[in-house]
Amino acid sequence: MAKKILTEHINVPGIETFDVYRQHGGYAAVEKALKTMTPDEVVEEAKKSGVRGRGGAGFPMGMKWGFLAKPEGIPRYLVCNADESEPGTFKDHHLMRSIPHLLIEGMIVSSFALGAHKSFIYVRGELLYVVRILEQAIAEATAKGFLGKNILGTGYDLELVVQPGGGAYICGEETALLESLEGKRGNPRNKPPFPAVKGLYQSPTVVNNVESIANMPWIINNGGDAYAAIGIGRSTGTKLISASGHIRKPGVYEIELGVSVDEFLNSDEYCGGVRDGHYLKALVAGGSSVPILPAHLITKTANGEDRLMSYESLSDGGFATGTMLGSGGFIVFDETACIVRNTWNFARFYHHESCGQCSPCREGTGWMEKVLHRIEHGHGSMHDIDLLVDISKKIEGNTICPLGDAAAWPVASAIRHFRDEFVWHITNPQEASRPGAVYMGDLAVA
Amino acid sequence: MADITETSNVVAFTPERLEKVKEVIARYPEGRQKSALLPVLHIAQEQWGWLSNEVMDYVADILSIKPVEVYEVATFYTMYHLDPVGKHVIEYCRTGPCCLMGGEDVYGYLKQKLGIDAGETTPDGNFTLKEVECLAACGWGPVFQIREKYYMNLTNERVDEIIADLSR
Repeated sequence: MAKKILTEHINVPGIETFDVYRQHGGYAAVEKALKTMTPDEVVEEAKKSGVRGRGGAGFPMGMKWGFLAKPEGIPRYLVCNADESEPGTFKDHHLMRSIPHLLIEGMIVSSFALGAHKSFIYVRGELLYVVRILEQAIAEATAKGFLGKNILGTGYDLELVVQPGGGAYICGEETALLESLEGKRGNPRNKPPFPAVKGLYQSPTVVNNVESIANMPWIINNGGDAYAAIGIGRSTGTKLISASGHIRKPGVYEIELGVSVDEFLNSDEYCGGVRDGHYLKALVAGGSSVPILPAHLITKTANGEDRLMSYESLSDGGFATGTMLGSGGFIVFDETACIVRNTWNFARFYHHESCGQCSPCREGTGWMEKVLHRIEHGHGSMHDIDLLVDISKKIEGNTICPLGDAAAWPVASAIRHFRDEFVWHITNPQEASRPGAVYMGDLAVA
Repeated sequence: MADITETSNVVAFTPERLEKVKEVIARYPEGRQKSALLPVLHIAQEQWGWLSNEVMDYVADILSIKPVEVYEVATFYTMYHLDPVGKHVIEYCRTGPCCLMGGEDVYGYLKQKLGIDAGETTPDGNFTLKEVECLAACGWGPVFQIREKYYMNLTNERVDEIIADLSR
């Protein structure tokens, strides 16, 4: 069995309550950090651990903490990004609803490290039931003296606020999240200034993902070096993977980074393989925004080496033959999946969720959706394929925030690897216009 | 900030909800009460079901911000209803992973069963159907949400049960 850092106790009955969580070693990291360590020492452990941002970008968390400006007399904030909305990704949802105190404990330790006395957990509005769970956990922790004034008699004060969003994917982008937290539309801000200098209320702010913060209790209890010893290379520690699609056992799994894609997909410990009677056609490894790969490129790299579940191995070959670990949204497509229909579906998502601030994204995402719609419904022309590639290139890199890239990559990669399927849809309009029509090499089946 | 216990508006929060609103506003630093806007709109929607202009003006008054600051936020976020809705708002996920699990077929069945399309309300006012993007429950799809409850691993039979249950 692989090492479990976040999910070791997740199935213990009653673990969502303070008492049961405490019985299983919970809040030991708060005691250790606040009573025996300085904030800088906590930051140092985070740096040593090498833990990287688990929301998708993969930036080293300790280094991000190190950028925080510390001017005198101005408050600093820690904001937890719990706006998980990337199609295929549901790990933070699972973590928060199942073991909310793990996030609360991580927030206390991290806030202490950063010198924050008021911290926020921004939860996507759809998860109002999770907001209630977190509020309950905060009330319990406060009653037990682990939150509020003079925590455990150490003189450190911390107030935790849970903020529900209003249902906008863009609020997962850190500056859009801060705008939303200030009670505005979730329009991303230009960077610089970065949040570490001017974030929430123009004050120095760190924004971290739920899973990143939830790693902190273990890192404090066991040391950053112990964390760094797990995993492979610069992909240290464990990662929650949300597995969905055509597999035998969808769900959330904690892996040690570096396990092979083949093992994750096929072993009974994890996904259990593609559903019975079917075979793998394609796979999205890190949430809807990352490039889709065909079966022959997902378990082996272009050089024929085993593809591993790590930041580096998944991106091996760049976008030509690789993809990204992203948020860990592992979506599996068997041979019954229509790539054109799925690409249209994702394009619809990005069009719907574009905040509309930058023209290339606002106009381009809608245009891509429209072109994909007509190809999928049997009205496309061959020119449309190159048109899609062209639009995606004009969005990519030309927007304030990465939503433009996120919208462009699935379309560009689907055409890169499944161009024949787009051609088939265009040259067989009657066949293609039937819902669920799928191209399979020379054999078209529905 | 205006004294939120005294307002000339016709609409007003119930005393319990007003307490909750005060509590929410107190969470933010002095002068940053606008941060309470999203949570307060959720509380308003809980009370009135949807956000009329009068309700939004009332919220603006409470938070001492301009009405347009409320309108621009309420129109940006998809969870706020700007028109009257039925007793139960079914928010159906139509995004990729749910579709892979048969989400489109179940959605078709649900629409047929209720006799309405996305954005419509049944004649008896019992159900409003909304299409939403990813609900972050992809491994348990197809999925829809009604208020704070998630209904996962949907099949036509499950839809029959849920609708029957809520129609009682």
